[in-house]
Amino acid sequence: MISLKGFITRFLSDPVAIGAGSVLLILVLMAILAPFLAPQNPYDLMQLDIMDSEMPPSWKPGGDERFLLGTDAQGRGVLSTIMYGTGISLLIGIGAVIVQGVLGVTLGLIAGYRGGWIDAFLMRLADIQMSLSTLMIAIIVLAIFQAAFDANTYADYAIFMLIVIIGVAEWPKFARTVRSSVLGEKSKEYVDAARVIGLPPRKIMVTHILPNTLTPVLVISTIQVAEAIMTEAALSFLGLGMPTDRPSLGSLIRSGFEFIFSGSWWITLYPAIVLVVLILALNLLGDWLRDVLNPKLRRGDD
Amino acid sequence: MAMLEIKDLHVAFPKGKKSEVEALRGVNLTLEKGERLGVVGESGAGKSMLAFAILNLIAEPGRVSQGSIAFHGENLLELSERDIRSIRGNRISMIFQDPMVTLNPVLSIGTQMVETLKAHRRISDAEARKLCIAKLKEVAIPSAESRLDAYPHELSGGLRQRVVIAIALLTDPELIIADEPTTALDVTIQAEIMALILKLCRDKDVALILITHDLGVVAEVTERIMIMYAGLCVETGATQQIIQAPHHPYSAGLLKALPQFAGRGTRLYQIPGSMPPITALPPGCAYHPRCERATDMCKAQIPPLEHGCACFHPLDQTEAAS
Repeated sequence: MISLKGFITRFLSDPVAIGAGSVLLILVLMAILAPFLAPQNPYDLMQLDIMDSEMPPSWKPGGDERFLLGTDAQGRGVLSTIMYGTGISLLIGIGAVIVQGVLGVTLGLIAGYRGGWIDAFLMRLADIQMSLSTLMIAIIVLAIFQAAFDANTYADYAIFMLIVIIGVAEWPKFARTVRSSVLGEKSKEYVDAARVIGLPPRKIMVTHILPNTLTPVLVISTIQVAEAIMTEAALSFLGLGMPTDRPSLGSLIRSGFEFIFSGSWWITLYPAIVLVVLILALNLLGDWLRDVLNPKLRRGDD
Repeated sequence: MAMLEIKDLHVAFPKGKKSEVEALRGVNLTLEKGERLGVVGESGAGKSMLAFAILNLIAEPGRVSQGSIAFHGENLLELSERDIRSIRGNRISMIFQDPMVTLNPVLSIGTQMVETLKAHRRISDAEARKLCIAKLKEVAIPSAESRLDAYPHELSGGLRQRVVIAIALLTDPELIIADEPTTALDVTIQAEIMALILKLCRDKDVALILITHDLGVVAEVTERIMIMYAGLCVETGATQQIIQAPHHPYSAGLLKALPQFAGRGTRLYQIPGSMPPITALPPGCAYHPRCERATDMCKAQIPPLEHGCACFHPLDQTEAAS
């Protein structure tokens, strides 16, 4: 295990990590502080004026200084919607990973520790789940959900639905990772020692084996957040994600896509750049974390 | 009634679909309160298997196929999982070979000790910590209070084994099974740890099963010896008697192989061959292919354990003493 001090030293000595970390920090702060920082509240219909629609960025001819990055078809400032939309995307990404993590870690731990038919059953279940693509499941469920309820109900529950669907669809990644580390840990003597002490299996799994398997979980978590945000963006782009009045980055890209050929490129371009930067930062950080936490790839000692 | 009485214990592992191989082939053992027994044999003789069988913790797919293990008259093999758990770590505890791997690397010493206590006693965290500190002091760990929050990697091998011993003693067990407790330690620390185990067992009248392949250690610590070969007890008796005059040719060979018995500049004695794997045991006495005294009888029949020695051609008094 790496100490906290070593971890920070490694972080500060790696320009990529510092870069990705600070970009991520800025984006997260921007999203959290959106209600205070954003020039406009895109959810407040009173602040919107249809006359402001499709304004180019402020430095272009026809731009307005109130809207730095221009406005979309409904007269919302692109900058403001990006700030709010990043928050929604991050919320869905993190929420979905928490669902994936809780499900995957629990099932992986049980499968690895118990072995036998329970293991076989859970892993076959994981195989089946993996063979159905996340997008496909999401499209089917969300389409049914959209058809079954009216638009308002859908809008209210869209975040929750996206978190649950992406969460449930991706649990096998966590489960497989945890299971394989549990299989490695299970044969170690400290587990025998814990059994000899007379601890019940649940306690051995949770307090002894689980902490020893968390390193890979941490690594895939960061990558999975990026993946979940991408999945959500793809669904929103297909019109199955967040509704236009509570846009995520994906639904922003979609809402502007229709206007690209009429010249309003800024509505799509800026949210797309933020999405790419966010995903890149998360992936770089995930890769860095994997290298740091994997003792086999570690150079020198810390 | 003896504290621990093992009768005709067989442990079997499946081999292929139908057949099984036996890792223990009928071991008998009795142990009185406070008695110290040494179990000696080469690797693979079934020593550790015996220890795990006593705690009913034989790893899958192995199983106890025959026999009984009575602890105060209660057959441990018939207890429910819940009941056996209340004995493990509480009335019978175990010390493992390598303290580097028996402590969980991500939990502090205190967490692991308190957890053990809480598994068996209703006790508050504060009281548990107090008791843990007392036990750490008992095993002569300096500045016990601050060690409680240390992680295993912050301690040396010797200190870790002391912690493991402290954990084994936490619940005041009646029996400690020590599975090669000093093999993984520095030679200089081995003697200290053995002396500590001996002192604690004597002071608290705790019975000890010491599993080892080091006859020297057994001679110092134990009162009785059981020598195992290929899943069977080949010789058993008072430690001093066996060390001075072994009757079984295997025991004699083991003793002769000790470096302290070899003269300066002479080659160390070695028993020819090696122990057969349990999957390919020879018929008759399992030791006969390596034994100088083997006859046709040895190839045909397994010698019964009579007068503490399972051999058709035991060394007699004069040969044994030489």
